[in-house]
Amino acid sequence: MEHQPPHALRSYLIGFVLAVILSAVPFWLVYTHALPPQRTLLVIGIAAVLQVLVHLRFFLHINFTTTPRENVLALVFTCLLLFIMVGGSFWIMFDLHSRMLL
Amino acid sequence: MSAHEREEIETHEQRALGFWLYLMGDAVIFALLFATYAIMIPGTAGGPTGKELFELDNAAIETVLLLVSSMTFGFASLQVKAGNRGAVLAWLAITFLLGAGFVFLEVREFAGMIAKGAGPDRSGFLSAFFTLVGTHGVHVTMGLIWIVVLGAQVALKGLSMPVASRLHRLGLFWHFLDIAWVGIFSIVYLPGLL
Repeated sequence: MEHQPPHALRSYLIGFVLAVILSAVPFWLVYTHALPPQRTLLVIGIAAVLQVLVHLRFFLHINFTTTPRENVLALVFTCLLLFIMVGGSFWIMFDLHSRMLL
Repeated sequence: MSAHEREEIETHEQRALGFWLYLMGDAVIFALLFATYAIMIPGTAGGPTGKELFELDNAAIETVLLLVSSMTFGFASLQVKAGNRGAVLAWLAITFLLGAGFVFLEVREFAGMIAKGAGPDRSGFLSAFFTLVGTHGVHVTMGLIWIVVLGAQVALKGLSMPVASRLHRLGLFWHFLDIAWVGIFSIVYLPGLL
């Protein structure tokens, strides 16, 4: 037990509770149709981004102090790649759709 | 700390970084499959849409199974640090059962869709759906095999430094799969059933 931070178990439990809340809210909205579709989509998107951050922080223990620098850099670089590739794909395909009147 | 021990820790750190780079590559693959799926949503070719095919209850149960399994793997990781071999095996077994339940539900969903004539060959939308969700399912299945292999190593070799190091990487993989699933229910199932 000597190397284990005292809050290690708490980290998983906090992460779990937050993840349950961030999953339950969007599922509940889709079950009940409590909000108009556009707003529900917005909530789903925000909850998903928050939940990914919760998983990274509390399950994968990514932070800016103890996580090796290379790992954080690789993660940031991956986010940049995703932005370029996914954003670029959407740009090209939706432009194509509108030009071809699909 | 002996020179040998320091060397072992260094090797572990290098492998953890290498595996992290693999996971980042995997994240790129998943992101592009998500992008492909999002673009293919209207491409149903007159076939069934997500609204007609997806079941919210099934997706909700799958979400619960995978999320709880992520937490139980976390408990296994804590027991590795504490050096409790029996508790590690118990939590790994629970994680395996939850993951196997997830794969069972997914296979049942796929089989039901194919039986209804909504297989991957029906439309571009369904090709993209089966590729994206199927890729995730194959990852989870690989994770299950990996849990069995490492469970056997824990039972036979004990919690030696190399075994603990492998369990650490399996943990990264398993938590990563739960993140990919958050993307799947937020992009595929929930918007599809809206």
